[in-house]
Amino acid sequence: MDTLTWTGSLGSILVPAITITAAVFVAAVIVQLIMGVFAADVKLQANPDGTLQGRGGLLGRLETYTGWLFMLLVGLIAAFIVLAWFMPYGEAGILGEISRRFLPTWIALIVTFIVSITFKRKLGLYGKLFDSTIGMIGFALVMFWVFTSIFVGMFDMIGTHDPLQQISGLKNKLPGVAVPEGQDEGFYPHYLLGGDNLARDIFTRMVHGSVIVMIIAPLATIFAFMVGITLGLPAGYYGGKLDTVLSFLANLILAFPVILLFYLLVTPEIVATGLPNFLAAFLFVFPLVFFGVLINSRYKTQGSKNTLYLAVVLIPLAVLYLSVISEANSPLNIWPNALDLITIPGGILVVFVSVVFVNSPTVFRIVRGLALDIKTRDYVAAAQTRGEGPWYIMLWEILPNARGPLIVDFCLRIGYTTILLGTLGFFGLGLPPESPDWGSTINEGRKLLLIYVHPALPPAIALLSLVLGLNLLADGLREESLKD
Amino acid sequence: MGLFILRRLGVMILTALCLTFIVFWLTNLYPNLEKLAKTQGNFRMSDEQVETYLGNRGYTQALPVKYGQWLGVLPGYVIEGTDGETRARCAAGRAPTEDTATFCGILQGEWGQSTVFKDEVGSIVSTRLGLTGKLMFWVMMVMVPGALIIGVLAGMREGSRTDRSLSTVSIVSTATPEYVSGVILIAVFATPLFGMQYFKGTATSAMDDANFNNFFLPVITIALYGMGYIARMTRASMTEVMTAQYIRTARLKGVSFPNIVMKHALRNALIAPFTVIMLQFPWLLNGVVIVETLFNYKGFGWTLVQAASNNDIELLLGVSVVSVFVVLVTQLISDIGYVFLNPRIRIS
Amino acid sequence: MDYDLRNDAYDGPILEIDKLSISFFTRLREIPAVMDFSAKIMPGEALGIVGESGCGKSTVALGVMQDLGVNGRIVGGSIKFKGRDLNTMTQEELRDIRGSQIAMIYQEPMASLNPAMRIGKQLMEVPMIHEGVSEKDAYDRALEVVTDVKLPDPARILNSFPHQLSGGQQQRIVIAMALMSKPSLLILDEPTTALDVTVEAAVVDLVKDLGKKYGTSMLFISHNLGLVLETCDRICVMYSGEAVERGSIEDVFDEMQHPYTQALFRSIPLPGADKNARPLVAIPGNFPLPHERPSGCNFGPRCDYFEAGRCDVGNIAMRPIPGNDRHESRCLRFEEIDWNAPIDVGPQTAKPEPGRVVLKMDNLKKYYEVAASALFGGKNKKVVKANETLSFEAREAETLAIVGESGCGKSTFAKVLMGLETATDGQILLDNQNIESTPIEARDTKTVADVQMVFQNPFDTLNPSMTVGRQIIRALEIFKIGNTDDDRRNRMLELLDLVKLPRAFADRMPRQLSGGQKQRVGIARAFAGGARIVVADEPVSALDVSVQAAVTDLLMEIQRNEKTTLLFISHDLSIVRYLSDRVMVMYLGHVVELGTTEQVFSPPYHPYTEALLSAVPIADTSVKKKHIVLDGDIPSAMNPPSGCPFQTRCHWKDRAGKSLCETQVPPMRILDGGHQVKCHLSDEDLANMEPVIEMPATAAE
Repeated sequence: MDTLTWTGSLGSILVPAITITAAVFVAAVIVQLIMGVFAADVKLQANPDGTLQGRGGLLGRLETYTGWLFMLLVGLIAAFIVLAWFMPYGEAGILGEISRRFLPTWIALIVTFIVSITFKRKLGLYGKLFDSTIGMIGFALVMFWVFTSIFVGMFDMIGTHDPLQQISGLKNKLPGVAVPEGQDEGFYPHYLLGGDNLARDIFTRMVHGSVIVMIIAPLATIFAFMVGITLGLPAGYYGGKLDTVLSFLANLILAFPVILLFYLLVTPEIVATGLPNFLAAFLFVFPLVFFGVLINSRYKTQGSKNTLYLAVVLIPLAVLYLSVISEANSPLNIWPNALDLITIPGGILVVFVSVVFVNSPTVFRIVRGLALDIKTRDYVAAAQTRGEGPWYIMLWEILPNARGPLIVDFCLRIGYTTILLGTLGFFGLGLPPESPDWGSTINEGRKLLLIYVHPALPPAIALLSLVLGLNLLADGLREESLKD
Repeated sequence: MGLFILRRLGVMILTALCLTFIVFWLTNLYPNLEKLAKTQGNFRMSDEQVETYLGNRGYTQALPVKYGQWLGVLPGYVIEGTDGETRARCAAGRAPTEDTATFCGILQGEWGQSTVFKDEVGSIVSTRLGLTGKLMFWVMMVMVPGALIIGVLAGMREGSRTDRSLSTVSIVSTATPEYVSGVILIAVFATPLFGMQYFKGTATSAMDDANFNNFFLPVITIALYGMGYIARMTRASMTEVMTAQYIRTARLKGVSFPNIVMKHALRNALIAPFTVIMLQFPWLLNGVVIVETLFNYKGFGWTLVQAASNNDIELLLGVSVVSVFVVLVTQLISDIGYVFLNPRIRIS
Repeated sequence: MDYDLRNDAYDGPILEIDKLSISFFTRLREIPAVMDFSAKIMPGEALGIVGESGCGKSTVALGVMQDLGVNGRIVGGSIKFKGRDLNTMTQEELRDIRGSQIAMIYQEPMASLNPAMRIGKQLMEVPMIHEGVSEKDAYDRALEVVTDVKLPDPARILNSFPHQLSGGQQQRIVIAMALMSKPSLLILDEPTTALDVTVEAAVVDLVKDLGKKYGTSMLFISHNLGLVLETCDRICVMYSGEAVERGSIEDVFDEMQHPYTQALFRSIPLPGADKNARPLVAIPGNFPLPHERPSGCNFGPRCDYFEAGRCDVGNIAMRPIPGNDRHESRCLRFEEIDWNAPIDVGPQTAKPEPGRVVLKMDNLKKYYEVAASALFGGKNKKVVKANETLSFEAREAETLAIVGESGCGKSTFAKVLMGLETATDGQILLDNQNIESTPIEARDTKTVADVQMVFQNPFDTLNPSMTVGRQIIRALEIFKIGNTDDDRRNRMLELLDLVKLPRAFADRMPRQLSGGQKQRVGIARAFAGGARIVVADEPVSALDVSVQAAVTDLLMEIQRNEKTTLLFISHDLSIVRYLSDRVMVMYLGHVVELGTTEQVFSPPYHPYTEALLSAVPIADTSVKKKHIVLDGDIPSAMNPPSGCPFQTRCHWKDRAGKSLCETQVPPMRILDGGHQVKCHLSDEDLANMEPVIEMPATAAE
């Protein structure tokens, strides 16, 4: 097999077109920015037919053209992606093949968008997201990686090779390199994005990396929210000494340089002491407390129903909790191993725990601030005057009304957690060295960065696109939730 | 006001004590000490030998006692070891002499010895801190004005194209952690790959002689990540101020738009970003560690990595004390600055 | 041209608005806010624009200022200021006029002032921009104007920041700022709504005087008819984006020619209205949303004189009323309607006899300890006396009104009664059981359900993320009413019937309800557990005038049927006179007067009650009021004056003996018929007091 070029036969027309369009677009945006600063505040007029007169003059025309350029750019890129699906293998080059590998993701994305846009007026805040360009771009980026991780993790689809397989002779080879003859039948014939310094396929490792990120980041963020909410609500609602103590603790953790904390916490020596297990035992108990109190405060007045609901929710959670925190070879072994459903490797657990630990105080501060604000509302006073318990007020009167800012922060925080995970990987902390997660692969790649650029760039760009997507999504959600 | 600063100082000292104690506790966990004994002594030591080795050097004392000694509020240990040698903390592990001090902790300026660099922790920290200071100075020079200008421009006309473009730029920059932007910047500007090899991909030479060529990439890498965040804060605060009624009052008084922005909005809008800039320091420290590692700039962050990965306990403690101190001092400055900037709070 | 604008010789109309239409544009549609609005203001004249919230009156003001924000546009008509069309002016020309020729004052004084700029600088800016005067001259001018608005120690005030002044002082500064360049037109958008009644009276007085002194024309926007009567020469009534009637104050108040104006006057409690003999007539239905306006007359669907096929087609124009000067009405049928027909009085009800005493307060005291400065801490704690020796009793089926301005302790009292706070001293007896030190958690369900509350702000009283039905059911659950979910659901639907809301509302979210509807849900929730004592904390003050009457009547009706004791907290004396049986007046934590409505509203008064009565604007041209304006602001509860709490502002202090008032808290004196007054004045002085409000003989019968 020959080495693949970047764009194959499509390249000669589409690539120059895309490059020129992109360059003109960027230039137009910059010119527009500069003009925008000096342009006068336009006094807008309404036309008799009910339409509004837009900004006129040079700037107005420029704005229209920029819009068209952007649409053209998107169209060209979409054309490239779609054309590649229908071309014979190798014709569309590396990018074309990558686009083809992602076919399941594309289909899932397109279906999601068509369904969501069709029913957007019935879908509440999620539906409103599709009114904002920024929000849609962010959502597309996030869902791209969500679907990719699902197809990779559950169906082993998108990747071309095994993420750990080494093929001799492909060490540090450039993208598009052909796999030497003599492999099995049906073996994927190229390393699309080249080989890393252990001769593994970079493309496969990148898509497999998304699975790890997609499992840990949202889950760790959820736990951080549980902890932050369960402690932040009473701190804000009661105030006083409780607030002082909790806020002091939160500030204590916040004042700790994150990197130092990671270096102290995420080492094999610390894992050996069982500290992460104890920390996990402490942090993971919060979801139990949260759901227990949530149900109890709501159904306290109806005894039997309360017991039933509590049992249905708490028993499985408790089993799960004990399975997670109790590990056979750690000092915290309190649950019979036969019933231990989940075993988390020490390295992953410590990463997970430290990320939750670092994120919780910030969530705590946000929730506390929201609770302080909302507790002055009359409906909270109304609940107090009819003798509601404090936890009912916190969880059923205050929390639902704080959901807007919390959802936005949740998106941002997943992005931040992804960055933290990458940081850990970058310093080679926690996750096993052969792990394909993005941080670790960037770490490996950067060591020879000045000689071989290609191993470090794909995971870097993948991480960037996911975090960017989450940030744009959060921005879109914030903007839409503020409207009417 | 004085009382307020005193109270803040009290909380700050309490925080510092708590944090250093946690660091001290984590570094002095037994597996860490065992590793220390084996690297310092001999890798094939038996468990018992490790025990006596540590015992002779005062490591097996109770944790609060050790912490007190390290801090310098308890007298340093003098132990007659099982091997017959007498070791004293204040005589650098040798037998005490006449002029050996009783107390030797960080309060007395005794920061201990680094096992990796074979040098005084105090002197290592101060040189490295100087190098990082140089880096941070330029980061601040790039980041703060850049972020404030972007934020103010974007926020002064909410929803305009300028706003949208600049906001997107700042979102992109907050979404790019240093290890990503560093890698991309090096790939683009320090390798022949894109034909734009304008800068050097390593900043080792910048330690002695920093110039545009070797210092630009590390500075811009740290600045970019923080810049987006501060710019967004500034924008948010600016848009809020611009919709305030007193801005409408000013407009309806006939004040021109540039004067509204400069005289009426700016001061109110900069209160929030000021605190944000100050609270960015713990984050910046993160960036410093990453960038110094990536660009091989042997500053404070690089030292932290070396100390932590080589289990250099004394050095790690020294580094922790300094970083915690820096973070707390910036928090104090942020609190005091907030009170000074905001006349609504400044009441006797 | 600019020279012309400053020319004093100009004698045409200052402002001439002709067929003005303003729309706001959203993503979905164009929302017309003002349609076909015309008005004319002559030099020195004051025009009042009256209407309910959302009628477009503030939009008119902003349209005149050409400051409609990003979405608002003038889509038709012209606004001429001294003969020049403001619509066609450039930004520079407009900037030149703003502040120097047209000045504007609006609702929130605190928000209108730049918090980070000294007051002096903010004032001096105006002449410095427009007249290019030196800093020194500008300072002198500022000093002069601040003296004009009757602020003490002008030099110190110029050097302070806005937050260091009280609300009343801030509003005076805003007025001073507007007058700095001696504008020809002053636009006031609800300038006193955020202020207390007695402070409001002083500010209104000031505006009137200064308007005369500077010869300024005024555009006065308010929802309060009484206030417009006191300040304006002419009035324009707006409804749903249109002017429905305009004319001189006398014409419109006494010979109204539009059904909406008439309905508005009938729904506000004027002296003489009585909840039993002459109940208010609420306007049926709801204010139409801007994009759901009916065709034809906007008021049609709510109008008593509606004629199908005529009132609901085409555009209806303003037509002059023959015989009156510049009096116009937007009604097709104004000639046909008999405007003097007697009011169709609603069902009259007998005054229920008050039953046994259910609630008794005895020497109730509530003190708070607060740190002297919240931010910097410190040991010196201060005691705030929020309630001082409160004693009264309330009977079954009785309405006791608690009247007072901000800081008088009425909310604290409610909190103590509800059990959200415990009393410092004294006792509260509910059915002869002490509850003053039982916090709400320790009260049994029955007690909690018996004492319930209706809150002030309709937009805040319901949890925005729970359906209306769910919120009422929750109250039933917590009060242990009904055995099954179905029971409770049925009971909830009955409660919706009780407050006259359609049953379909059970599944709505609060944001789908109007303010009045939300307040009804709040009432239903309060009565869920069969409450026997309901504390209504300003339940209608945030509602529009036409809705107020309906909600008040509903509350009265339920009270009558359920024999509830109603503690009605309010600052609005008109509504208090209308609905209460007994009145308690509070000032800075003290009860200064207590008696039946009759006793409190007629002499002898406590000096504070007297001032309060005089301060409340009354929308009736035939009523004559004694003019009493109090000096200064209400003292802070943190730092109350020595002796009598009211002595710093009292007009009668010289009569009673200055030193006595300044050193000793007066005793509670019991006059004829159990009327209690806390004052040092001699019996003779009290007996010689004149009534504040004099009604013409016809209305008083």
